Amino acid sequence: MSVNMKVNIAGVEWNNPVTVASGTFGSGAEYSDFVDLNQLGAVTTKGVANVPWQGNPTPRIAETYGGMINAIGLQNPGIDVFAKRDIPYLKQFPDTRIIVNVCGRSIEDYCEVVERLADEPVDMLEINISCPNVKEGGIAFGQDPKAVEAITKEMKQRAKQPVIMKLSPNVTDITEMAKAAEAGGADALSLINTLTGMKIDVNRKTFALANKTGGLSGPAIKPVAVRMVYQVAQAVQIPIIGMGGIMCAEDALEFIMAGASAVSIGTANFHNPNVTLEVIDGMKQFCEKNGVKDINDLVGCVK
Amino acid sequence: MSDKVIKNVVITSMVKVTDGIYSMWIKDKDLACNAKPGQFVSLYCKEGSQLLPRPISICEIDRENETLRLVYRVVGKGTKEFSKMNAGDTIRVMGPLGNGFTLEGKKAILIGGGIGIPPMLELAKSLDCEVQVVLGYRNNDLFLKDEFTPYGKVIVSTEDGSVGTKGNVIDAIREKDVQGDIIFACGPTPMLRGVKAYAQEKGLKAQLSLEEKMACGIGACLACVCQSKEVDSHTHVKNKRICKDGPVFYAEEVEL
Repeated sequence: MSVNMKVNIAGVEWNNPVTVASGTFGSGAEYSDFVDLNQLGAVTTKGVANVPWQGNPTPRIAETYGGMINAIGLQNPGIDVFAKRDIPYLKQFPDTRIIVNVCGRSIEDYCEVVERLADEPVDMLEINISCPNVKEGGIAFGQDPKAVEAITKEMKQRAKQPVIMKLSPNVTDITEMAKAAEAGGADALSLINTLTGMKIDVNRKTFALANKTGGLSGPAIKPVAVRMVYQVAQAVQIPIIGMGGIMCAEDALEFIMAGASAVSIGTANFHNPNVTLEVIDGMKQFCEKNGVKDINDLVGCVK
Repeated sequence: MSDKVIKNVVITSMVKVTDGIYSMWIKDKDLACNAKPGQFVSLYCKEGSQLLPRPISICEIDRENETLRLVYRVVGKGTKEFSKMNAGDTIRVMGPLGNGFTLEGKKAILIGGGIGIPPMLELAKSLDCEVQVVLGYRNNDLFLKDEFTPYGKVIVSTEDGSVGTKGNVIDAIREKDVQGDIIFACGPTPMLRGVKAYAQEKGLKAQLSLEEKMACGIGACLACVCQSKEVDSHTHVKNKRICKDGPVFYAEEVEL
């Protein structure tokens, strides 16, 4: 039986519903030793700002039970280097859609990057309004529905590509943020970003991360993420890219059944560099075994 | 194309070297053929709650028998899991990773501190010049020391003064008036800082092997950066990646 794995996210067709979570995969080059990037539905890049960002002091990561916390601080080369180096690199893989994650410290920063990308050959923009690891910007825009709506509008006015707003789970009610993004004109939503966490090194009586707090990711957060995807799917009409602790095809299917049209794999890449392809294959096998002709038939099938 | 591989390999031997320090030999033709002194491998845990690979330096490379030796300290749950494994078990490994040492010099001073000692062994074997080895320990538990004797003169410092020079590796170098034209060093950051200062004082070239918490191990996640003098190739902000641009840097390249 042939299974249709193609999905359409806000008018952009992906060959399959699997991408990578921003920040875990660079722009793909480092993983190309292990993964044929052409096999991915899309590559979502590490966040890129208008100028280079230094990031946070080290240590920037710590393992936790069933997960990890990170506070990289969005170290990135800025849009100039990115546009010159990373976009041409990704264009070598014509079957894979390119999603550029955009970060900033102010609305103007975000606008500048989105405007610079307008004439670049990228397929979608993912706007990071949810990074818990930078003091200004990032999450500051993602925790207030009015700010979410306002920044979404600004992005939509300037973007030539469909705009995906990436939401933070560090809020009282994520559906409020989702509805605000939809009201602002968002074409799609990504959720969830990491949960703010902390780890203490008891032997050294200090924080495990130089930044004190960091974003928790990995399978430890998956039930929270699935719940939020389900809630948001009930609250909005726009497509959702679901993420948070996906380690295998069964995990990915949970998100799809909860209402995500596609999924992102993040922390699992560190555990198994080939995990993305294994998830795509496993989802396909699940469909074949269960007589599902089209992966889209499973989206939101659990009500 | 890179010569990195990721695969399950067989452990051919697992021996406790001393309290908390273990020696493991793993068999794989690709790893043994491609590895260079100063590189490392990532070892993956079987326990699913421990997601991140553990970066472990390469202690010895046996190309004839297609094996690699990894000597590691048990510092947490992951390395504890490895220490309970036995010959015949399989372990998932990615490598070889990082740049490794550049083999150079006519009279080399190799400096290892604590768990920075193991990578110096393959380096001592590989260098085609006069080798002097300076090893820093906490006490008289002198793991691996005797294995260095076939390759050069070995000098020891101990923090408690029980063997050799009381103090650190630089104290030993000064006391024994160790001379050379290049330094290779691996150990804790305070030791590397001391080595860098000493190299500057004496006008010596020094290659330092750095350590930091890592996630991906291949240069993608930007967790393990160090401050560098020149802009880095990735972000262009003077943040070199220890896993990919390093772990070995010339002393003047990095801020410690």
